[in-house]
Amino acid sequence: MALTYDLARAPDLSAFLRKEKDGTAHLELLVKGARCAACMSKIETAVAGLPDVTTARLNLTEGRLAVRFASSRGDASRVIATLDKLGYPATPFDPAKAAEAHDQESRRLILALAVAGFGAGNAMMFSVPVWAGLFGQELGPATRSIMLWLSAIVATPCAIYAGLPFFESAWRSLKAGKANMDVPISVGVILTLFISFVETFLNGRDAYFDAAVSLLFLLLIGRWLDHRLRARARSAAADLLALQAPAATVLGADGLERVKPLSEVAVGERILVRPGERIPVDGFVEDGVSELDNALLTGETAPADVRPGDTCRAGAVNLTGQLRILAIARSEDSAVAAIARLVEAGAQTKSLYVRLADRAASIYVPVIHSVAALTFLGGLAFGLGPREALLRAAALLIITCPCALGLAVPAVQITASARLFRKGVLVKSGAALERLAEVDHVVFDKTGVLTEGRPRLIEAPAQAVALAAPLARASAHPLARALAAEAGPGLRATDVVETPGQGVEGLIDGRRARLGRASFVGLDGVRGGETELWFAFEGDTRVRFRFSDQLRPDAAQTIADLRALGLTVEILSGDLEGPVARAAQTLHVDQWRSGQTPQDKAAEIDALTAQGRKVLMVGDGLNDTAALAKAHAAMAPGAALDASQNAADLVFSGEALSAVADSIRVARAARSRALENFGFSALYNLGAIPLAMLGFVNPLIAALAMSGSSLVVTLNALRMHGAGRR
Amino acid sequence: MGIILILAPISVALGLAGLAAFWWTLRNGQYDDPAGDAARILMEDSDNRIS
Repeated sequence: MALTYDLARAPDLSAFLRKEKDGTAHLELLVKGARCAACMSKIETAVAGLPDVTTARLNLTEGRLAVRFASSRGDASRVIATLDKLGYPATPFDPAKAAEAHDQESRRLILALAVAGFGAGNAMMFSVPVWAGLFGQELGPATRSIMLWLSAIVATPCAIYAGLPFFESAWRSLKAGKANMDVPISVGVILTLFISFVETFLNGRDAYFDAAVSLLFLLLIGRWLDHRLRARARSAAADLLALQAPAATVLGADGLERVKPLSEVAVGERILVRPGERIPVDGFVEDGVSELDNALLTGETAPADVRPGDTCRAGAVNLTGQLRILAIARSEDSAVAAIARLVEAGAQTKSLYVRLADRAASIYVPVIHSVAALTFLGGLAFGLGPREALLRAAALLIITCPCALGLAVPAVQITASARLFRKGVLVKSGAALERLAEVDHVVFDKTGVLTEGRPRLIEAPAQAVALAAPLARASAHPLARALAAEAGPGLRATDVVETPGQGVEGLIDGRRARLGRASFVGLDGVRGGETELWFAFEGDTRVRFRFSDQLRPDAAQTIADLRALGLTVEILSGDLEGPVARAAQTLHVDQWRSGQTPQDKAAEIDALTAQGRKVLMVGDGLNDTAALAKAHAAMAPGAALDASQNAADLVFSGEALSAVADSIRVARAARSRALENFGFSALYNLGAIPLAMLGFVNPLIAALAMSGSSLVVTLNALRMHGAGRR
Repeated sequence: MGIILILAPISVALGLAGLAAFWWTLRNGQYDDPAGDAARILMEDSDNRIS
């Protein structure tokens, strides 16, 4: 929910400035809507032209504007007002979050990849003559020895540097008493380097320096792809968080407004909440009358009235009037926090999930390592001598090294999530896709997921809409807006007075008219439904408009699609029984519950999990977050609360609910591609192991086999491109 | 034979030069904003280099 800034009473945004030691200040803003070179030059010229601003630079890829001020008292609100006037709404980044966004890990992986590429290329250059020598061409032992030493000098430092990410991860996993994918990789690389040195020293032929580095090169590609997938989702999540403005307008003792990051709001402070903004922390209403939309908190569609003395909970949206609130809890202690703890508990169970590649590794590692040990011992038993036996064991380790596992799964997952990204679905991690593919039961929240989450006119006398529209256009109330949307653009009423919680009054063609609750148009004693509006000209008959939260147009189709995929569907809603029953009936869903609290929903998910079901939760509200975190996989629409988006594995934007079925289809396709790749590498290893045991593998064959198998799994992964298409 | 001992170090040195150049571009932030850099060449004033 973007805050509105106007120059006349610009709030103080200095909390968002990062002060540098040399007296300058730095501000990072998320700018929406900047897409082209023209936008970029317009924004940069306008902001750089402001007094006190030294530089302004827009990152078009991430949509972030970095502004540097000459003094530490830079005027951030002026920058935002300038951008607003240009037509680009901007939100300041929390300085702490802006720093987090700069991704060090990705840089380190890229550099390791570059070093491995350099090492592989140059070591290969010295290996080619040696390989040529394997086929009896003229290569004297002295020249071969020089080539091997040169190869060692180039490859060893590169392998050590490029291998660090794997060594570190393997060490961490061993310390925890487990063996992940990186353990056989590290053992393979270190053992290969060691044996190659011994061979070189003893003037042998079989040195695998190039193989060790190119193995790392291929694996680093997979590692980097996996990291990018997660980093992109993380930065998108950070953007969403910033957009939902974790800021509150605090009224100081001097009566001045200051905008503070949410975490700095203290108990006892007075907060101003304008219509359309979210209540930042729990509090008492001190001043003002309004209606609150609790839909994201409880799932209830009907707005609740508040007046001075009432409490309001963080996360509710203020609809009609301006409110002054006395904070009674800090952000961390607000009613939200209890739910946040449930979310944390859910996230912990999720982190126990063992990824596909690691599950494969837990079978693969003991098998390969015992086969290698057998090769060595068998070699000794058959009188090969320790050197030849060890060489064969090392050849076996390097030729079976799990390229397919390390590269194939990330390659499949990044193509799958790129596909979903084009459909407007953001995948947060590769593990999320793996979990989504296993799902067999889908639980939907109703409000905002199956329905559009906003009222739409369903019942109105003909022509009345056009009559009431001028008054509706002048109001910000959601029901009035729905009415105005139905009528389309047109005239506005004049002399409009809006009474918060009651309705609007104004002049239409010189006649006084009112639009609002039944009591507002003088109808006392009529049962005032919350989702209706009354309209009347002064002294004329009253007309009723009824609204309802409509189902998304493709909700029924999506549920049919999910059933076709073999999934069962259930609705868990916090709304009243009537609306939930109606929605369930229209969608032909037999399993539904209404009036669910956040704890009820989480408990229901637990119960289903205990029955061995793998549940996909689709929800948007704060009342869903705990369930989202506990479910095997979770999806949230882009309009959901930030807490829900954080708890979800996938976030889909846009109006189409069909994204749910599409995502499951793509996730399943990705899973079968990954399993195919595992199958292929098992087959390949089955062929390679006997060859290595019998001593037919030389460095040339190892290099060819390794890159060949990597190529095959990558090409198979690229088939994902067309998967899930209908 | 002797030529190998001269050419091999030269080729490795060239590779290292390439690696160093890549490292510099990475540190320099040249991969931080590919979309923006593509658009920036269309802008009139070329005064906006990466700082």
